Amino acid sequence: MRRNTRIWNGLAAPGAAWLLTFFAVPFYAVACVAFGSIDPVFRDAIPQWNPLQWDFAQAQDVLASALNGPLRGVFIRTFIFVIAAMMICFLIGFPIAYFLARHAGKRRLLLLTLIIMPFWVNYLMRMLSWVNLLSPSGLFSRFMSNFGIDYNWLDGSPITVVLGLVYGYVPFLILPLYATLERMDWRLVEAARDLGASSRQAFRLVTVPTAKAGVAAAAILIALPMFGDYYTNDLLSRSPKTEMLGNQIDFYINNSSQPQRGAILVMMLSVLLLIALSWYLRSTARVGKEQVR
Amino acid sequence: MSTIAPRRIRVLPILAWGYVAWSLVPVLIAVAYSFNDGRSRTMWQGFSFRWWFGDPNASVFRDESMRQAIVNSLVLATATMLIVAPLGIALAVGSHRMRGKISSGVQGLTSIPLITPEIVVGAALLLTITRLFSGIPLGFPAQLLGNITFSISAVVVIVRARLVSIGSGFEEAARDLGATRMQALRYVLMPMLWPSVMASLVVVFATVIDDFVITSFLSAGVDSETVPLRIYSSVRGGATPALNALATLLVATTFAALTIALFALSHWRKRHGEPGGIRAALADITRMGE
Repeated sequence: MRRNTRIWNGLAAPGAAWLLTFFAVPFYAVACVAFGSIDPVFRDAIPQWNPLQWDFAQAQDVLASALNGPLRGVFIRTFIFVIAAMMICFLIGFPIAYFLARHAGKRRLLLLTLIIMPFWVNYLMRMLSWVNLLSPSGLFSRFMSNFGIDYNWLDGSPITVVLGLVYGYVPFLILPLYATLERMDWRLVEAARDLGASSRQAFRLVTVPTAKAGVAAAAILIALPMFGDYYTNDLLSRSPKTEMLGNQIDFYINNSSQPQRGAILVMMLSVLLLIALSWYLRSTARVGKEQVR
Repeated sequence: MSTIAPRRIRVLPILAWGYVAWSLVPVLIAVAYSFNDGRSRTMWQGFSFRWWFGDPNASVFRDESMRQAIVNSLVLATATMLIVAPLGIALAVGSHRMRGKISSGVQGLTSIPLITPEIVVGAALLLTITRLFSGIPLGFPAQLLGNITFSISAVVVIVRARLVSIGSGFEEAARDLGATRMQALRYVLMPMLWPSVMASLVVVFATVIDDFVITSFLSAGVDSETVPLRIYSSVRGGATPALNALATLLVATTFAALTIALFALSHWRKRHGEPGGIRAALADITRMGE
């Protein structure tokens, strides 16, 4: 028996070691930079590798700024944009996934293929398409100006950024939603209908509770990357008026001499995501328990 | 079977086909404009191959920096794919069979990257490489490392799903017939894993060639610029339709890889008596989204 486990451990070892070195260690390094010190001359961050000597003063500063200072607007905006984009994504994505799983009929494979396609079209290509359409001489802008709407879509418009997020992430929502609805036991819905529930009641009392865990998983799957998104914003707006948390991280880590601030923001983003994730894990655990009962 | 058919809702098909149009037509327009005769990416001035290969300096196949970006993208995606596949497959098989505390630790370690936003991985790796592993230069080596780290988990998920559906029966039968554990692994399990290997290869290739965030954080200037980076830096400038051609090329490469994999997978399934054809092959490849 001992020899067997050695084979499995040996197989898993290289990959696990890789992830430890290049995934777990970097997380620790972010903390060390965030809670380290700053070179007085060059203003560059000096990581503090010993957690006993971590200095939280800078982090408190950033936290204060996020709660009542200049960063507050960025945080609030990030939440509003992400939540608005998520809601629109669901309004579009759920009916489509439902249709695909339940009704699509003869053309199902074709429709499925077409709906999966944007999933594999490069994200930047999809943004480039809209930059072309929305630029002042673009097809969409020219079309809209026929109706007297002359709006500069690409100049710090929150509408464009939110719709850009929707356009970008909705394919990533439809697929897992479809997978959930496809795997669902629809006999339960039929049973409810046979027992006299109206189709609306069956939807509300059977479909929604059964699909809940999968739906929450799908929501998390797009919410997490949206919170860290900066490129959609950069391509469609490039204005401080629509700046999100991801833009701040990108700025401080890539384009400024204050990577420590960037590291602190990465930590804050990670904490936010951990909260979202634990909420999700708790709710799926609860749904699991209810189903067993 | 039920006596009541699910109620048909008329808006749904309209919405679904409308979505298909909304999500694909803008991309098709961008593709069409790569054949524009003029310098504009928004005003149609007639059809030509000018931006593909006509223009001696600025067309996609003649512009030195665009050609370099294409080569960089292909090299990065292929290298990542070749390194990450064995690493991920071994990790999937090993962690699937391991028992006890280490097993759940390893499973946790492999599932976290799947839900971590790329910006966090990119920023963390950049800070680590510049301050801790400073022997690793930014540019191709760092980009390779980052993409391997981010895509191992995808391979593990795909292969593990296959392992679950295979079960342990075949291997046990081989063991009963006298095969050693290694032989059972090599001659029984490995061939059965083939579809998931194929799927992981193409998924990794497609993700890496499309990757923007990690590749951008770990890049070192123009020399390590890939196609997505090039698109990102030129979209809002006065780039010519050659940029559309470059983006079209990227999408075409991804789709070519996917199509080859789809047909190979469905062919494999047919030969080995597994049901499903193209539909099942599609599910193999898109399992990531589940």
